Amino acid sequence: MISIPPVVQVRDLHKSYGSVEAVRGVSFSIAAGETFALLGPNGAGKSTTIEILEGYRDRTGGEVSVLGVDPHRGGLEWKARLGIVLQTSGESGNVTVTEQLRHFAGFYPNPRNVDEVIDAAGLREKATTRISKLSGGQRRRVDVALGIIGRPELLFLDEPTTGFDPEARHQFWDLIRSLKEEGTTILLTTHYLDEAAQLGDRAGIIAGGRLIDIGLIDEIGGADARVPRVRWRDDNGTVREERTTHPARVVADLALRLNGAEPEDLEVIRPSLEDVYLSLVRGHEVEVAAAGKTSRHRHTGEATTPDAALTDKDVRA
Amino acid sequence: MTATTTGTRPQKKAPGTFELGLSRIGYETRLYFRSPDTLFFTFFFPFIMLGIFTAAFSASGNIGANPDGSGGVSVGAYYLPGMLAAGMLLSGVQNLAVDIAGEKSDGTLKRLGGTPLSPLSYFLGKIGQVFVTAILQAGLLLLVARFLLDIALPTEPEKWATFAWVFLFGVITSAFLGIALASVPRSGKSATAVVIPVVLVLQFISGVYLQFTQLPEWMQNLASIFPLKWMAQGMRSVFLPESFAGAEQTGSWDLVWVAGALGMWLVVGLVVSRVTFRWIRRDA
Repeated sequence: MISIPPVVQVRDLHKSYGSVEAVRGVSFSIAAGETFALLGPNGAGKSTTIEILEGYRDRTGGEVSVLGVDPHRGGLEWKARLGIVLQTSGESGNVTVTEQLRHFAGFYPNPRNVDEVIDAAGLREKATTRISKLSGGQRRRVDVALGIIGRPELLFLDEPTTGFDPEARHQFWDLIRSLKEEGTTILLTTHYLDEAAQLGDRAGIIAGGRLIDIGLIDEIGGADARVPRVRWRDDNGTVREERTTHPARVVADLALRLNGAEPEDLEVIRPSLEDVYLSLVRGHEVEVAAAGKTSRHRHTGEATTPDAALTDKDVRA
Repeated sequence: MTATTTGTRPQKKAPGTFELGLSRIGYETRLYFRSPDTLFFTFFFPFIMLGIFTAAFSASGNIGANPDGSGGVSVGAYYLPGMLAAGMLLSGVQNLAVDIAGEKSDGTLKRLGGTPLSPLSYFLGKIGQVFVTAILQAGLLLLVARFLLDIALPTEPEKWATFAWVFLFGVITSAFLGIALASVPRSGKSATAVVIPVVLVLQFISGVYLQFTQLPEWMQNLASIFPLKWMAQGMRSVFLPESFAGAEQTGSWDLVWVAGALGMWLVVGLVVSRVTFRWIRRDA
């Protein structure tokens, strides 16, 4: 078997804004064709990490390779192989959807068909509408359309579905699945854990600038975090809950105890990615708070957002 | 993809810098004419001012007339060169400084920075847009002057040659100064507040709204530091009779100085643009 080098390789990445360390030693790699979800609370260092990979920010330390190129030195040919959907879009947009896509398609050596992209992004009815007249969710679709128009090998999606209604989100998932089928490698950040679970092959969870866990979507957090729970309401009306690796047996025992009567509000709950994520992030916060009692340099999530750091700098300047 | 061709690669040539620059010129020009603010404060502003001055001062007779009231030029004819110069300044400095500062803050530049568009193509687009719109503006101003205000335009080819080089030189200088000035505003919202006063004050002291030859000497000297005074002087040399040259600071049109001052400001604009422009604001 021929070993294909990873599309993204990050080793011991560090990034400081002044005295604030936003990213403190993150390592991961993304294989060709893989969809990798980078998850974490606001200000955890996700956007900083992704912007370093996109070539927008310089790093303070560590090694980064994206499509075999150091993003810091990435030229136009390298950029032509990337698709970037930024976290924010706020262009004034005095152009129509079609005009904008046609114009951007012209930047790339081998772009997708503009009409196909408009259809895939669900923008057919808005094709001749100026972008400034679109709703927030529709604008976001334009962002996604612009991100894929150049037929990228690697697609960055930074919170792509913010402002989408449920139907639009499902359409978007279908679009991403078709890109995956074509072999596009995808780096996704999102606050919707169901989205990460739907689309991702693997996930990394980042908190306080560190990667606190990484693994396959349905294995991350370890077996212990995924133990199912059986929940029901007893005769006194109080909710009872039991963690068990054998939920069927617990339910059977319960039915036996009740002489075959139906237990009220019976549920078997398998922890979702969201549950696993929340327990990991909370666990991390508890650790940090405990460490904070002995150290004056306590990490606070807010202070590590790039924007906050930049604002601080602007105030000083 | 099917491999039906031998010896040739599949057609995957990246579009050229110049080709993309042309595509940007079309795109930028379309955006210019779709922005009502730009149309009013940049494109039509010289027309509005020319109209106001002509209407306000025509009753007080010709400018530069003899004591007996004969000779001189009409108010409209006197203000035409100043308005052409103002148009050059607005199309370059005001237009691009506000436009690029806005693109910097609304995320347009960040998005472009993530695409294989070369910054050179981007600037070709901006400068091309300035040229297209400035030429349309000047052409329309001359048409209005000739046919609506009945102002006689020069017929000598030398005059039009002077017009051509002062115009081209002035517009390119303005364009680069606009790109340079775009780095000053901290946000797109503050851009107009930063740029418009600069441009307005220059127009007052450089002989666009007020007769330059009537200004106090210190103000004339101050204006001589900046490029607009020289653009206006170059334009006066084209459109005003030779007899008006005597009223200039040195008693002549000083076209060599016009070229020198514009050349110096072009270099300043180029250097500052080159040093300050970034797709996104640099982080620490």
